Amino acid sequence: MSKRTVHFKMYRYDPDRDEKPYMQDISVELEESDKKLLDALVRLKAKDDSLSFRRSCREGVCGSDAMNINGKNGLACLTDIDKLAQPVVLRPLPGLPVIRDLIVDMTQFFKQYHSIKPYLVNNSPAPERERLQSPEEREELNGLYECILCACCSTSCPSFWWNPDKFVGPAGLLAAYRFLADTRDEATTERLDNLEDPYRLFRCHSIMNCVDVCPKSLNPTRAIGKIKDMMVSRAV
Amino acid sequence: MTVAKRTFDAVIVGAGGAGLRAALQLSEAGLKTAVLTKVFPTRSHTVAAQGGVAASLGNSTEDNWHWHMYDTVKGSDWLGDQDAIEFMCRKANEVVVELEHYGMPFDRTDNGKIYQRPFGGHSQNYGQSPVSRSCAAADRTGHAMLHALYQRNVRANTQFFVEWIALDLIRDQDGDVVGVTALELETGEVSIFHSKATIFATGGAGRIFYSSTNAFINTGDGVGMAARAGIPLEDMEFWQFHPTGVAGAGVLITEGVRGEGGILRNAAGERFMERYAPNLKDLASRDVVSRSMVTEINEGRGCGPDKDHVLLDITHLSPETIMKRLPGIREISIQFAGVDPIKAPIPVVPTCHYQMGGIPTNYKGQVVVPKDGEPNTPVVGFYAAGECACASVHGANRLGTNSLLDLLVFGKSAGESVVDDIQSGNLSLKPLPADAADASLARISRLENQTGGESVAEVGQAMRRSMQKHAGVFRFDNLLKEGVTAILDVAERSKRTEIKDKSKVWNTARMEALELDNLIEVAKATMISAEARKESRGAHVRDDAPDTAEFPNGRNDKEWLKHTLWYREGNRLDYKPVTMKPLSHDVEPIALAKRTY
Repeated sequence: MSKRTVHFKMYRYDPDRDEKPYMQDISVELEESDKKLLDALVRLKAKDDSLSFRRSCREGVCGSDAMNINGKNGLACLTDIDKLAQPVVLRPLPGLPVIRDLIVDMTQFFKQYHSIKPYLVNNSPAPERERLQSPEEREELNGLYECILCACCSTSCPSFWWNPDKFVGPAGLLAAYRFLADTRDEATTERLDNLEDPYRLFRCHSIMNCVDVCPKSLNPTRAIGKIKDMMVSRAV
Repeated sequence: MTVAKRTFDAVIVGAGGAGLRAALQLSEAGLKTAVLTKVFPTRSHTVAAQGGVAASLGNSTEDNWHWHMYDTVKGSDWLGDQDAIEFMCRKANEVVVELEHYGMPFDRTDNGKIYQRPFGGHSQNYGQSPVSRSCAAADRTGHAMLHALYQRNVRANTQFFVEWIALDLIRDQDGDVVGVTALELETGEVSIFHSKATIFATGGAGRIFYSSTNAFINTGDGVGMAARAGIPLEDMEFWQFHPTGVAGAGVLITEGVRGEGGILRNAAGERFMERYAPNLKDLASRDVVSRSMVTEINEGRGCGPDKDHVLLDITHLSPETIMKRLPGIREISIQFAGVDPIKAPIPVVPTCHYQMGGIPTNYKGQVVVPKDGEPNTPVVGFYAAGECACASVHGANRLGTNSLLDLLVFGKSAGESVVDDIQSGNLSLKPLPADAADASLARISRLENQTGGESVAEVGQAMRRSMQKHAGVFRFDNLLKEGVTAILDVAERSKRTEIKDKSKVWNTARMEALELDNLIEVAKATMISAEARKESRGAHVRDDAPDTAEFPNGRNDKEWLKHTLWYREGNRLDYKPVTMKPLSHDVEPIALAKRTY
């Protein structure tokens, strides 16, 4: 099989060296076994070790290698290299400060995640064995607990771009609903109070970019809708 | 370079399952704790565990910890320490129920209890029939567990140093551990973390092999740091090749697929495991299944144009079962094999998965070394848990679902030991040696100034190829001998790696060079320990130790029922006895026997 060459337009910025970011034209020859964008990036890095990006599991469960690929957020390890239009334009996730090349500062993203108290609250005395939960009750958590915190969703959301300090964003709100939906959690009132605010929840305008980009096919917009429903039903 | 100094009661290196579980003990006890992690905690490789965590809850089938202990000892091919194995199996229900209380979203049975599925090597009544012992959250158990543990740590206000890579262990003139050095990726600054106690929970080093289910970050950092600091490494010849990595890609397909009824087939469509393990068949222990697969391939019954893999078939399961119990596997299969397992079988091949050996510890999580004739003397201030440690509960072969259990039980136990040792005054803050950061600074400065060396990518590739060729599923005397020479050569080359990137900020080239230093220690330990062990046991099977009447399965208990200890200095090997006595007086030892499934 003939070797394939992939051309990139790559966002580059090293604050130690560059005055400002620039787009670099680079290309790399792939081996037959290279299937994903991440394979190509690893091969590029073997040529130019200064190219900087995060990566770990290379199978879409750790959430490290989120980036903006031809204008759309996604995971490099789950993106088929052969299906991408060339030159492949790679940029860091939008809306967060860039540290270097494709590496962004995720402080604000995690701050919002932490702000929803992402842990089960149950102050009843713990039984000796597991708390019971029916299969149907457990099913309510499907589509919520699988989030990998890659930030593809929040950094594709215009509301998060404008107000990253005030709007929780789709990832954080998906997590908020994950605990609201859990029959074992006892903090429903506090959780809703925590989101009762013009920005934290209600800046979501159902643009649905989050749904479009989620590499795990989750639906934060639907979860946000359910939180809004809970707000309404407790108001009446 | 100036070196900042920070002081804590305890420092934990690694924020996967073991590190996070240990951190909870310390944070909840109010100790001043730092958790160093080179990736954001939920990116640790525990996240990729799929099939489940073992506990004899007995929610679906009758079970008890004695059966679990028997299975684990047998699975280890009797190389596991029976005191640690008893401890782990007895603690399993407690730590799994705790996780449920933390909010882990386990699947449920109809009566609302934790869902459990069968898994390889786990049995009822001492090997009689399969048992449902694996507590699962679909096929995303590791993800659900890691997130639940991280979330609980958020609640406990644990202090994390995210994207810091630990560099070297600091020992004082008495050999006591007084902290670590670490580099902050964002700034490139080196700091000293000075502490009363140091816990390593850095995971395995599966990236020494070319074909691995492991994440890029699994570079054996703790194991390498320990080796450089003069701590011997235990049983490093034992590596688990998981039967079902996606052919070509290496990505893991959980054994839970076979637990749910999946079948391995050769080119003729035959369920070949019936011939190798008539009782447990596809659910035999991993080493047994992997060898059977390689035998099928070597004898020409492999699948595909190159006859280089076998097929994992679940097309007979209902689409509903697949979507409900194995949704992640379906995604992986479509993504990495181009196959929807509802419609067609998945091409799979044995792939390096787990490091059974590691930093020697006891069941309390204390690191132990031979001293003054006592083989298991604790190193003051040093603890380890999870895949980087060797307790030893997995011996020569780990059972599926025992890794998640290991990290919970020994993460907690190491945490408890540190809390006890600090609160009882056994541990105090000893002064730092004057040269505490010198070794780390020398490594950094070598990379800064090296010219004319090879790239990290090249040397790493040479190591991975060599390990794959010389220390694979089946081992051969001549290949192992060649392998020792080859790896020592690669180790020399690794001393002269050169990086072009000299930036201070998020320098991943430097990180990969530092990681290679750790991988190389693991590779040397593996090859040298494997070459020396002249028997077949568990995952270590060699051509010159075949199955005979005198040595069933090639195992030679008379000479080799002992743990290997590899010392970096001079590549010296030493050995220590296996603990055959359980922890409690009223528990019968599991007597040596031939291993069949």
